[in-house]
Amino acid sequence: MSKARHINVAELMGFMLLRLCMACVTLVLVIIFYDIVTKGVGVLSWDFVTKAPADGMTKGGIFPALIGTFFVTVITALLSVPLGMGCAIYLNEYAKDNGLTRFIRMSIRNLSGVPSIVYGLFGVALFVEACHFGTSILAAGCTLGLMTLPLTITASEEALKTVPRAYREGALALGATKWQSIWGNVLPYAVPGMLTGTILGLSRAAGETAPILFTGAAFFLPDVPNSIFSQFMALPYHLYIMSTQHHNIALVRPIAYGTALVLILLIFSMNIVAIVLRYHLRKKGIAHGH
Amino acid sequence: MILSVMKNMINRKIKEKLIEGFFFLNGIIVILILGGIFILLLKNALPAFREVSVVHFLTKPIWNPDAYAQPTYGLLPMFVSSMMVTLGSLIVAVPLGIGTAAYLSDVASPRVREFAKPAVEVLAGIPSVVVGFLGIVLVGPMITKLTGTYNGLNALNGSILLAVMALPTIISLSEDALTSVPRSYEEASLALGANKWQTVIRVKIPAAASGILAACMLGMGRAIGETMTVLMATGNAAEFPHSFLGPVKTMTSTIAIELGEVAYYTTHFYMLFAVGLMLFIITFIINLVSDIVFHKHTRIQ
Repeated sequence: MSKARHINVAELMGFMLLRLCMACVTLVLVIIFYDIVTKGVGVLSWDFVTKAPADGMTKGGIFPALIGTFFVTVITALLSVPLGMGCAIYLNEYAKDNGLTRFIRMSIRNLSGVPSIVYGLFGVALFVEACHFGTSILAAGCTLGLMTLPLTITASEEALKTVPRAYREGALALGATKWQSIWGNVLPYAVPGMLTGTILGLSRAAGETAPILFTGAAFFLPDVPNSIFSQFMALPYHLYIMSTQHHNIALVRPIAYGTALVLILLIFSMNIVAIVLRYHLRKKGIAHGH
Repeated sequence: MILSVMKNMINRKIKEKLIEGFFFLNGIIVILILGGIFILLLKNALPAFREVSVVHFLTKPIWNPDAYAQPTYGLLPMFVSSMMVTLGSLIVAVPLGIGTAAYLSDVASPRVREFAKPAVEVLAGIPSVVVGFLGIVLVGPMITKLTGTYNGLNALNGSILLAVMALPTIISLSEDALTSVPRSYEEASLALGANKWQTVIRVKIPAAASGILAACMLGMGRAIGETMTVLMATGNAAEFPHSFLGPVKTMTSTIAIELGEVAYYTTHFYMLFAVGLMLFIITFIINLVSDIVFHKHTRIQ
């Protein structure tokens, strides 16, 4: 009897410990959000997101940085979405289970582990120097595009996997070619999931700093970029500047907090868009299927 | 008539082959990118060793490229710095991550899990530059208060932040490993009279050990390669690291700081690529080993 109680105490303590671990992780998240939201929200205003920095970046807003991040993310998407979807279609629909396929999968896992600063070096060597893009939106976008590729591929493949085999077999049995079955019976159901995963990948890219440090991000530009060969300001890089490189860091601390808040809001609104999009497209997909 | 049908079929076949070829090219592009990264890093790193020997690079304990008389390019100080902050972060992140994963897979009710799992994903989505910023404004002052160091920008700060960055990877992959342990293991243990805690500790975690190990290794790979957090929070002094309360300059920060200042196509420039190549090789090996460990895990199951 007493032994049984003893064991229960150990179990209770053990589970308590596990709960404590979860509580710690939650606490970290709460602290991060609490600090940034409470100290950043006072800076937020319409002017903050629509005006350029002024007076040696001690006043004004972050508009050029927002626009820069938007432009560079568009380039990222143009490179990584088609490539990622294509690669996922190959892996899930065409590839045989052989050495080459395993090698491709190993490469994808390894690419996702390559440090972001190494992508930055690669971007300098390939896009800035070898391709003569210079430090520009194009070079930075391409660098980020390659960096997000593993995420896009994995997410797209997950989406393709959720389409039942019967959809493919049904089309093939009716005499459709492989491509006709993929185009007509697989992609319509997989695209919502692919888009969701893609947007999540792009939200990661939008928050990255290391790959754009030397491929195109600029300290300060008075105007918004006018071509893909211009340099650009970017939100994450702006936060880095405001918190470490500015000549009066204490003075611009509120602006840094505001920038951090906008960056986090941007990333989470992208995530929410992705989730809502998935929900809507999926509902439409099911209705269409019936 | 028959001829035109056959012609049609042949056309269809050719079209199908072309489409398949297109997607095949799409598939092998990732191999080309991985190979391309390696080759371009190597190509830009090799000229560095025309002036400085590989032995010098790997064994000199000083990195001082700006020295007037005799610049030295020793990898050791930044390699040791990177290892310090990474191992420091793992001391925090591994127990905390495995504990959280065990909580999510075996303790949490489905309703709690519904909130907790997205929370972990949200943590993973916070940009590293924001985490680094919090290292400056939150963790730094806290360390100063507790230890009396100048500004709290040191290896300890970097370790704490890297733990935050590595946690989501460790948690979600460990949880996957724990939930993929066959139910029969759990049921057998419970049927033999073990309680749930004993089952988690003595049966489930050992059964998922290789998956958890792979998760921790991937977390470690992430920590070594993290740039912005350590760049902002570790103080970046170019000296040989001596304590967790002293400033350190990691391999990633060195590249991030010096590539902006260096004249292109000088020995210093090529050296930074050599550092990048080392980073690439280190993370490649970590990924490969974790891959092998993980596949051992799935094969047993």
